[in-house]
Amino acid sequence: MFYRETGQYKTDYAADMALFPIRQDRIGMILIVIVAFAVIPLTMSSFTLSAVMIPVLIFSLAAIGANLLTGYTGLISLGAAGFMGVGAYATYKLTTWFPGANIVLLILLSGFVAAAVGVVFGLPSLRIKGFYLAVATLAAQFFLSWCFVRVPWLVNYNVSNAIEVPTRTMFEIPITGPNATPVVRYLVVLTVVVALTWIASNIVRGRIGRSWMAVRDMDIAAELIGIRLYRTKLLAFAISSFYCGVAGALMVFLWLGAAEADSFNINQSFIILFMVIIGGLGSLIGSYFGAAFIWGLPIVLRAAPEFFGMSVHAATVEHIQFMVVGALIIFFLIVEPHGLARLWQIGKQKLRVWPFPY
Amino acid sequence: MRLKHVAIGAAVAALLGSAALPSPAVAQDSIYVPLLTYRTGPFAGSGIPIANGMNDYLQMLNERDGGIGGVKLAIEECETGYDTKKGVECYEQVKSKKPVVMNPYSTGITLQLIPKAAVDKIPILSMAYGLSASAVGNEFPWVFNPPATYWDGLSMIFRYIGGKEGGLDKLKGKTIGYIFFDGGYGREPIPLLEQFAKDYGFNVKLYPVPATEMQNQSAQWLSVRRDRPDWMIMWGWGAMNPTAVREATRINYPMDKMVGVWWSGGEDDARGGGQEAKGYLTLNFNGLGTQYPALQDIKKFVVDKGKSQVVGDKFGENLYNRGVYNSVLIAEAIRNAQKVTGKKVVNGDDVRRGFETLKISAARWKELGLPDFGAPIENVSCTDHNGHHAAYMQQWDGSKWVKVTDWIAPMKERVRPLLEAAAKDYVSKNQPWPKRTEPCDKSS
Repeated sequence: MFYRETGQYKTDYAADMALFPIRQDRIGMILIVIVAFAVIPLTMSSFTLSAVMIPVLIFSLAAIGANLLTGYTGLISLGAAGFMGVGAYATYKLTTWFPGANIVLLILLSGFVAAAVGVVFGLPSLRIKGFYLAVATLAAQFFLSWCFVRVPWLVNYNVSNAIEVPTRTMFEIPITGPNATPVVRYLVVLTVVVALTWIASNIVRGRIGRSWMAVRDMDIAAELIGIRLYRTKLLAFAISSFYCGVAGALMVFLWLGAAEADSFNINQSFIILFMVIIGGLGSLIGSYFGAAFIWGLPIVLRAAPEFFGMSVHAATVEHIQFMVVGALIIFFLIVEPHGLARLWQIGKQKLRVWPFPY
Repeated sequence: MRLKHVAIGAAVAALLGSAALPSPAVAQDSIYVPLLTYRTGPFAGSGIPIANGMNDYLQMLNERDGGIGGVKLAIEECETGYDTKKGVECYEQVKSKKPVVMNPYSTGITLQLIPKAAVDKIPILSMAYGLSASAVGNEFPWVFNPPATYWDGLSMIFRYIGGKEGGLDKLKGKTIGYIFFDGGYGREPIPLLEQFAKDYGFNVKLYPVPATEMQNQSAQWLSVRRDRPDWMIMWGWGAMNPTAVREATRINYPMDKMVGVWWSGGEDDARGGGQEAKGYLTLNFNGLGTQYPALQDIKKFVVDKGKSQVVGDKFGENLYNRGVYNSVLIAEAIRNAQKVTGKKVVNGDDVRRGFETLKISAARWKELGLPDFGAPIENVSCTDHNGHHAAYMQQWDGSKWVKVTDWIAPMKERVRPLLEAAAKDYVSKNQPWPKRTEPCDKSS
């Protein structure tokens, strides 16, 4: 009833190709953006902001990066955490060299470093496919982890082998370091994530995204219609690593505040891949759903017993949470193998004919 | 059918969206002490006894004395799984409830909290772990790491080795192997180790154990077998310890030449090697056994009443007592803070002052019902947040730990300049670092 495009005529190509061709979608998007930028920072507690919202946004960005590669181009990658690490360590080195430079700019710049590293590790994708490629990207993960532990130059010869985030300001307001308030950090992360999502959405529906999907669906056919495979695949690796790199830098600088090499281990790569699969392969909104599901659900579950006034040991809650999240993952994959994004799509479809379904 | 799925999905989404996570109000007349613990994950083996010990001693104070100075302690555990990301989440979660002290129990989490401590005015107690340089009180007014730093530990091990060899100069030309957790924790002692190697003329062989390979150290021990070091020093934690002990027995390494730091000395760590592990040495700074009156009180007031999570014979094990030691420091700092400020319900800043003037003399240890449980804490001050206190060597006799040396003093004169340099380095890399503005109390 409310969600119908009846009567919305598109009279030019621009309207037809708009990001949100349906008016309700546009209104909904504007509402979400207003809520995200204005309502959430004003109403939510600093715990919710810094322990739920910021990580979910950062993981969404990492999941988008992994999704561009795995979901859109069909190249299964297990190197996401490694590329996140490259972004984080690159930002750390850059901000040591240029302490006066704007940290957000440096974070975006270090995305390019991650992209370059991604291209190098993407080279095997020209020869190998499928599971074999997943194993090859595993090599990237292990090699990068090894570098983070063994190359002391990366951490400026810190005895603890960790990155410690210095205070950096923008417009005189601290945005990294201990003095940065959760609201400021949230707004910076949100701005970066929204901007990069917008760019990603335009990439995937444009020429580049179409060539990625052609390669994903059948690479020989794609080659026959004139898509150059090596370029397309390497570009996918570059852009995906860029996103992961920015996410990694945001994670260390605007969320954790310090990081050891262990923050970028193979587990992290798997978690990002799970976010992509549960959220929905080849869907940007699915990346958000996946991140919110994997990161947010455990927090809600952990708070649940307290909410109902039960006193349960912290470790027991942890065990229960592992079991419940595991069960839910299996449940969702059985009822909807295409991920939460597909559920969202079905929901929208139902809404179009609601309340008079045919 | 489909619609049902959508409904379930929507319900979950709504649940996720419910931003108002509850946080139970802490009563005004209690002192909130959160404990970041890990009873899950790869480090649970070491984490569980410590968590129990910390929890039970504080609970015992609540049950027996009604808290500290008549004020109840509100004790709450937050599970970190030794994961730095969850550690930050825990910190954010407890921060709003005005904790008087944080116990991160992980070097990674400690590093994340150090810069925040001064801003949020919450002192950090990283008992003999964390950032060694944080012992420098002038630069880190909010961080405390008594009783000793890793560098103190290494120097004590060398005092012991020197004693066995008949003088440190006898080490010339010998080989000392160092097997360590390949992370911040295990890498920290390396500069001092290399310094010692230069001074005393021995060779150092490094055997790093990556976090992912903790339970598979065959490669490292194969190298040990080849190199045959005269002494082995170990900096391990969690699942790394029992594996290393087992591997050492497998290659028939003489166990009385293998010395671990205090974090490698759990019962479960040595038990993994069985009878063959007999002779394995580690440092320790807390007493062994359950014969202490305070531990008997814990048994009476907490364990026997079913208020503890400790299982049977795990009560009074080494790492359990380590947890008790940790809680003694917390409790004494709070008590001291009450004394210094004259307030009953103290806050983070008061407890910081309590730590800076902390004194636990031998008589006080006895008064606490823990005679000779720890070396007297007498050197913690405004400038020295560590104190560089003594530890002793314990040896595995095949079924339990036995104290085999008296208190060994660290080489403070070697360690302190390194700490000062490290603190300066930390501060210079983290500019702008806040200058200390907190005034110093006179020692009580």
